[in-house]
Amino acid sequence: METDASAIPTAELAPFRPEAHALPPLSTGRGVDRAFRLATGACGMLVAGVLLLVTVFMVRGALPAFQNHGFRFILSPDWDPTNQKYGALTFIFGTAFTSAIGMAIALPLGVLTAVALVELLPRGLAKVIALAVELLAAIPSVLLGLWGIFELVPLVRQVELAIYRSPLGLKDLPIFAGAPMGVGFLSAGLLLAIMALPFILAISREALSQVPVAQREAAYALGATRWQAIRRFILPYSWKGIFGAGLLGLARVLGETMAVTMVIGNTPQIKASLFATGYTLASVIANEFTEAPSDLAISALISLGLILLVLTILLNATARFMLFFLNRRMSGVGAP
Amino acid sequence: MLACQDLHISFDAKAVIAGISLDFPARQITAIIGPSGCGKSTLLRAFNRMHELTPGARVRGRITLAGKDIYDPKEDAVRVRRRIGMVFQKPNPFPTLSIFDNVVAGLRLSGLRNRSLLQGTAETALRDAALWDEVKDRLKGSPMSLSGGQQQRLCIARALAVGPEVLLMDEPCSALDPIATAKIEELMFRLRERLTVVIVTHNMQQAARASDRTAFLWMGELVETGDTEAIFTTPKKSMTEDYITGRFG
Amino acid sequence: MMTRNQLRRAHGRFMEAICLLATLLAVAPLAAFLWHLVAMGAGAMTADLFTQVPLPPGESGGGLKNALAGSLAVVGLATLAGIPVGIGAAIYMTEFARPRLAFLLRFACDILSGIPSIVMGLLAYQLLVRPQHHFSALSGALALAFLMLPVVVITTQEMLHLVPGNLREAGHALGIPAWRIATSISMRAAAPGVLTGALLAVSRIAGETAPMLFTAFGNPYFSLDPQAPIATLPHSIFTYAISPYDDWHRLAWGGALMLVLGILGATLLSRFILWWHQRHLHA
Repeated sequence: METDASAIPTAELAPFRPEAHALPPLSTGRGVDRAFRLATGACGMLVAGVLLLVTVFMVRGALPAFQNHGFRFILSPDWDPTNQKYGALTFIFGTAFTSAIGMAIALPLGVLTAVALVELLPRGLAKVIALAVELLAAIPSVLLGLWGIFELVPLVRQVELAIYRSPLGLKDLPIFAGAPMGVGFLSAGLLLAIMALPFILAISREALSQVPVAQREAAYALGATRWQAIRRFILPYSWKGIFGAGLLGLARVLGETMAVTMVIGNTPQIKASLFATGYTLASVIANEFTEAPSDLAISALISLGLILLVLTILLNATARFMLFFLNRRMSGVGAP
Repeated sequence: MLACQDLHISFDAKAVIAGISLDFPARQITAIIGPSGCGKSTLLRAFNRMHELTPGARVRGRITLAGKDIYDPKEDAVRVRRRIGMVFQKPNPFPTLSIFDNVVAGLRLSGLRNRSLLQGTAETALRDAALWDEVKDRLKGSPMSLSGGQQQRLCIARALAVGPEVLLMDEPCSALDPIATAKIEELMFRLRERLTVVIVTHNMQQAARASDRTAFLWMGELVETGDTEAIFTTPKKSMTEDYITGRFG
Repeated sequence: MMTRNQLRRAHGRFMEAICLLATLLAVAPLAAFLWHLVAMGAGAMTADLFTQVPLPPGESGGGLKNALAGSLAVVGLATLAGIPVGIGAAIYMTEFARPRLAFLLRFACDILSGIPSIVMGLLAYQLLVRPQHHFSALSGALALAFLMLPVVVITTQEMLHLVPGNLREAGHALGIPAWRIATSISMRAAAPGVLTGALLAVSRIAGETAPMLFTAFGNPYFSLDPQAPIATLPHSIFTYAISPYDDWHRLAWGGALMLVLGILGATLLSRFILWWHQRHLHA
């Protein structure tokens, strides 16, 4: 049996030296191992602990306001610190309205851009553009607010003036009601769209590029034009991923504070007009917290924070579950 | 030397090894053969307690090394693995460590700091693995610059440096060309002078030419075991004969 | 009269053009922002900006030395706490935890990373500011540490997942203790990626403003006392941006350029590290 192997030159094989391994006993490191596991485990628990901590403390902080006003707190439009009357509805409206404007702009823009990047543009250019939009995500909200104050708001004001003066009587439509000041829901919504865009684009891109090659080829084999292939085969395949992207983008936009605070006008009123000024959950906390006149006012502001917390947790959990199951199911489909 | 009695291994609810008893005599090469999916690798990995790293894996039965139960709760898996080394199917040197650091990884990362001892052991292990002459001038270089066969011998040297009594080899040549394979087989014969070698292979020629004893597994059960020559010339079971003559699997 | 086929093609072209237009619109804000930032900020980047504290309204000149130092202090403090804990948690989740626990912890991190920063500020307020009855640099750092924690965990974990399992296996087979495998094999192979994640986390919290409002609070004077209110760059930018004074607007733009240069620098550096690492890993 050895003859087969010895046919190969093995000159470099040194004589085997069985005595060579006189090693000292090594420790099994069991003690250190246990300590290390414990220490890293404590870090892991700390992460979960922060989630618990934030929930517990927000609920605790919100308690006085809810005890004082009951659950009517959520549906009351009053916000009158001098008379100790608090209600969240104005701010819930503001958050919902600005987020709706932001998403209405960012979602189509993000999905169409994703289509262009994945399906239409040369790969190199697509990469550069994707990187640029990702950099947009790295810009702090306060800086977009700064830019908003000095560039976007005057620009929006020009647009608003044009609509206000237009001979078509557009200014009489309720959606355009109000003075053309620049600050208000439209400016806030635009900034939110800019902030949501990188998220939506990134996830839509991923969803689109997960469409299996076979699916694409089948579409073209049927004689579809490029757009038909996109519209009938590729987009339907990814719509769930895109929906998840929308939810994540929305969750991100809801809690956005600084940029909105800087351009929304900060007026506690419920007016469903793009030109109207308003107030959001996050921006009222930002503006009034350090000037809150009483413990009840602080508790009311923390309650607004709690509403934000609950909304974002729900949205994030839903989106994550969707994307999780989606990825799991998609991973097997159409594999070559 | 190494033995298992009534060994059962399952993953979650799926039984993979169903009651195997097998002896591995000291300083002999035992080949475990069988069609893919028969549980060869699963069996091998039980011998150095690798299944403990897989969630859901369960090992029942008794495995002894020199008469002592290696699954004894008082026995540390780390210590067992130092006595029973393993070489994997795909060469897996640590890419971020140099060649030298790879060889002494098992010692250094277990707390051995003595430089001259590390150097001496590294040289010995590399010589034992028939790699010394090829790498002695680039011990500080990256293992990723070596050929597949050299990488696999580096992995053998790395396992030898810890000073094991048993070496488990899980299809160590399946990713290698015939010349590299021959070198590894040659090496196994040299290692046999000191070590007990257990090799899993799907290659019947390899089992026939490079082992002293052969065990044939099928569907998680031991069909037949004995001297390699006997198994390949006068198998007792017709199933064994069918398999080694290529009629199935 | 166009045929059906020509119509189909024309429609396709039109929709493709719309997609390209959308791409243009998506990039436009970044271009506009950067253009405006450089135009406004470059003039404000004087030596005074780095060496002077702000002056009261009406007096011209002054700088952001207090805010720059304050940001470095608060972010540094948060990093000291957030990065080791985050890396430790990621190691635990990838190397030691049972799959179900690891999944739950990861889910907690995903949720945590979606919580608005202003809420984390409210948490730090209730944990430190309220019991101590004063604003402090420490409470600001705590809020930022909470914010960076999930980012560090998620990126570190992703990098550890990229380390091939057969390296861990090889380590175990050599009888190397598990903690050494985690630190010297897994973490060592993942180190460049982990560094990238850490840089990204730091640059994310460096621009956080909302939680600073009621924790670090801001301070017109130079201070490095962890128990005293402290100015931070983004918070100062906010204060000066909404003020009615041109001199303060100038400070805001100067600070903005400073902040963006820092953040973009860190982002590009991290991308470069990752790219370099991947190139070398595959070589």
